[in-house]
Amino acid sequence: MTEKPLTPKAGLLPLIVLFVAIALWSALSLLHVFPESVFPSPQAVAKGIAEEIRTGRLLGDSVASLFRVTTGFMIAVILGVPAGLWLGHHVRSRLAVLPAINFFRSLSPLAWIPFAILWFGIGDLPAIFLIFMACFFPVVLSTLAAVANIPSVYFRVARDYRFSGLELLTKVTLPAIAPQVITSLRVTAGLAWLVVVAAEMIAGRDGLGFAIWDARNGLRMDLLVAGMVAIGVIGMVIDRVLMMLTKIPSVRWGYER
Amino acid sequence: MNDKPLRIQEASVSFGSVEVFHQISLEISRGEFVAVVGPSGCGKTTLLNLFSGYLKPSAGSVICAGSMRMVYQHDSLFPWQTAAQNIALGLRELNDEEQRERQLRQMLSLINLEEFAGHYPHQLSGGMRQRVELARALAGDTDILLLDEPFSSLDYLTRLRLRRELARMLEELPRTVVLVTHDIEEAAQLADRILVLSDRPARICRELQVTLPRPREPTHPEVVETVHAILAEFGLE
Repeated sequence: MTEKPLTPKAGLLPLIVLFVAIALWSALSLLHVFPESVFPSPQAVAKGIAEEIRTGRLLGDSVASLFRVTTGFMIAVILGVPAGLWLGHHVRSRLAVLPAINFFRSLSPLAWIPFAILWFGIGDLPAIFLIFMACFFPVVLSTLAAVANIPSVYFRVARDYRFSGLELLTKVTLPAIAPQVITSLRVTAGLAWLVVVAAEMIAGRDGLGFAIWDARNGLRMDLLVAGMVAIGVIGMVIDRVLMMLTKIPSVRWGYER
Repeated sequence: MNDKPLRIQEASVSFGSVEVFHQISLEISRGEFVAVVGPSGCGKTTLLNLFSGYLKPSAGSVICAGSMRMVYQHDSLFPWQTAAQNIALGLRELNDEEQRERQLRQMLSLINLEEFAGHYPHQLSGGMRQRVELARALAGDTDILLLDEPFSSLDYLTRLRLRRELARMLEELPRTVVLVTHDIEEAAQLADRILVLSDRPARICRELQVTLPRPREPTHPEVVETVHAILAEFGLE
């Protein structure tokens, strides 16, 4: 099957979907399928968003959530990538810890919430801890898989051309795993963004997750949806930003063949 | 003083209970082009791995005097580097940046890929990639070139073209060459000496000299005659 080449206008297609969705939403709310108090109309939500922006709360909550996600995610990457590199090169250590990694990876990070609160109280720390727990194991796993799958001929070539030590790492191993690691960072960052909302609902006094919880307690469904919109939009932006990493010329090979 | 840079003396190699070589001996002269042909799985690549030091013989000795480069069977260009950056790997030993840059230009023009210097391997055709591999291996001051079925993944016409290019490149940059191949015609067209290996445990069952100067046409009577001789050795003619 061949598809017609896309024109620049094709970029407007998502907007059409957005309009249709809002139209359906309006129709449902006008028909009063659910009472207004539990099914806010698009206008009410738009007003809610405007109000949240005016008071500065939306910005403050977004910054708080983004700070936690960035910190937890960065710590997971800074510790997880080297751990994955090491395990990728050492078969015995890999055999030893792989089951443990898979155990923790399968464990929903939300299961750690009680401990997060008991150990770190309320605020930034428990959320950062939970995000770390959500991101660390997938990052280790994908890095070690990427390292273990590097074609051995690259290392033979590296030896022929006298690469060793740090240079071998930075000029051969890291570029060889970069495409796979970038893909996993995109997935993992998405995961972190999911976790921060849940963490803040229970262990936060600010942040977008807390804003949603607070709106629910105040029966302000318009503000609740406003928070949901902000979470969705920021999540899309995070993925867009990380997707730009895949445009770097020296990693394109990993996505094009 | 060293006019036999590659020497194998009564070397044996086994993988588990499979004996690949039993006390094989071989000497290769400086500047000589030796091709090794034989049935698949007979240990042709193992021979190259002995020379490169990647594999140690279980008995006997391997002497390899001089720096060497290998061109591998499969895609071995670094895919995260452009054609020019890959070739520049071969010039790493040079300290003078100006000299490095000049030699890189020379290599690119030698393989007629100046316009593709900034292309990544996945943006090049199979033939172009193999030319870059040859240029990377020939760049800089190395003495010995080990070729492990370098053209086996290419179509016949591209193979013919690259044989011609390899002969031309070696005219400008003379090297001691060991070519492992299953392409008998390729061996006859390129090598000064052809070693025919037997089944495992491999021994050299025939040596053929080709004195015709390079570049040679694949249809030249002496090349064709050599092909006949090798085929006869395999019992195929």
